[in-house]
Amino acid sequence: MNPIAIIAHIGQYFLLLGRVFRKPEKSNVFWQRFFHEVNAIGIGSLGIVAIISIFMGAVITIQAAFGFESPWIPLYAVGLAARDSIILEFSPTIVSLILAGKVGSSIASELGNMRVSEQIDAIDVMGVNSASYLILPKIAASVFIFPFVVTISMFLGHIGGFVLGVAAGVVTPYEFIYGIQYEFRPYNVVYALIKTLFFGFIIPSVSAYHGYYTKGGSLEVGQSSTRAVVYSIIVLLLFNFLLTQLLLA
Amino acid sequence: MIEVRGLSKAFGEKVVLKDFNFTFEQGKSNLIIGESGTGKSVLIKCMVGLILPEQGQVLYHGKDFLTMSYEEQKEVRKQIGMLFQGSALFDSMTVEDNIMFPLTMFTNMTKGEKEARMQFCLDRVNLPQAAKLYPAELSGGMKKRVAIARAIAVKPRYLFCDEPNSGLDPKTSILIDELIKEITLEYDMTTLVITHDMNSVLEIGDKIAFLHKGHKEWEGTRKEILYAENEILSKFVYATKFLQHFRSKLQAEKDSLTKGD
Repeated sequence: MNPIAIIAHIGQYFLLLGRVFRKPEKSNVFWQRFFHEVNAIGIGSLGIVAIISIFMGAVITIQAAFGFESPWIPLYAVGLAARDSIILEFSPTIVSLILAGKVGSSIASELGNMRVSEQIDAIDVMGVNSASYLILPKIAASVFIFPFVVTISMFLGHIGGFVLGVAAGVVTPYEFIYGIQYEFRPYNVVYALIKTLFFGFIIPSVSAYHGYYTKGGSLEVGQSSTRAVVYSIIVLLLFNFLLTQLLLA
Repeated sequence: MIEVRGLSKAFGEKVVLKDFNFTFEQGKSNLIIGESGTGKSVLIKCMVGLILPEQGQVLYHGKDFLTMSYEEQKEVRKQIGMLFQGSALFDSMTVEDNIMFPLTMFTNMTKGEKEARMQFCLDRVNLPQAAKLYPAELSGGMKKRVAIARAIAVKPRYLFCDEPNSGLDPKTSILIDELIKEITLEYDMTTLVITHDMNSVLEIGDKIAFLHKGHKEWEGTRKEILYAENEILSKFVYATKFLQHFRSKLQAEKDSLTKGD
């Protein structure tokens, strides 16, 4: 893609956001759609987030134990390393990347399908701001629910690390619990949740942009969905770097 | 009444609409006809603001839609009912929610009032039992009728129909045409129908404009269209074998009258 096309896309994205953040036609309709999206985006993602978090927590613990096989490093360092990996990077970033795949493709294909079947045109012709009606509840719901999902992921990651790490015999229960409490810095959780708020905005807005401007038919809906995931991930990684630099460096 | 003056639209180098002028009259079915790809759908989309034309005016009761503010355009749009080619029903909603959607967005009706209006509209399109169904459970003709019910739910002043008969069998097409004709008179609406179906033209065409390669080639009524002397229009009108046969008979009658003179 040439630089002019990228600038044009960025401009169009911000113009869309300008339409999205207009006052909703009816506040009760907005709240109804908001809770529907909270359920679809947040509650609907809990299953996959739980499975991934438990097993990734376990793998991180086992890998840490494997790396720390030295008499000079205390065993509680396994719990400490697992804790920092889960809180700083796994739960906020990796879980968000997974949600970019699940939620992003779902948003883009839903809006893309509505676009090619003229449902978005129908909303516009009626005098309803389609961008605000369709996209604002998704963004608001994601920003609201992502921190809860990530917090649950952090908790389950530690549970997975503890249960499966102990079951695998790489760490004792006492050493693991001592490790996750050792020099715990609450700011790390704040940092993770700040990142999550940004990711909660990026994923639905970038995906909605690709879905909303789909042109063509069902083939293009699929392509929009793929593009939505790819660009959400790229923007998410870029912001992960920038926010880490700003908040931790 | 809607007046369109000097409307032009191009996509890059390709000009799809050239200096289009027409007055769509209130209480009448105004038809835009023409072959596929002659700019009919672009015209209707320009008129409702889905596509921005390069130049021209679209006057809704004397006020230019294209120069209105966003809020003013919204007010006009609330008075528009539109029937899309593919029906454009919201497939995540039931039929009743589809019909109640504009009522929920623009009125302060109670739930009971909205349900009563929804049922009235469904009865009007002869689908009294369809309220709880989803669009995926409806046939093509039923979808069109639900789309008409949704369009008339807010008692619009203007009704736009983009190829209402496409994909329908002849019998259902006639039903849809009759419905459009009836509700136009019932609500005293300005109705615009885009079609290339000659049955519709002869059934409901109170006022007709023939589009050819983006410009208006001919304008008249359904009575005049069969006798029009425009060659391009005649090729379009008499494209079917049935109408060719009709033309032959017409010509034979004309010849015998000439001989008789």
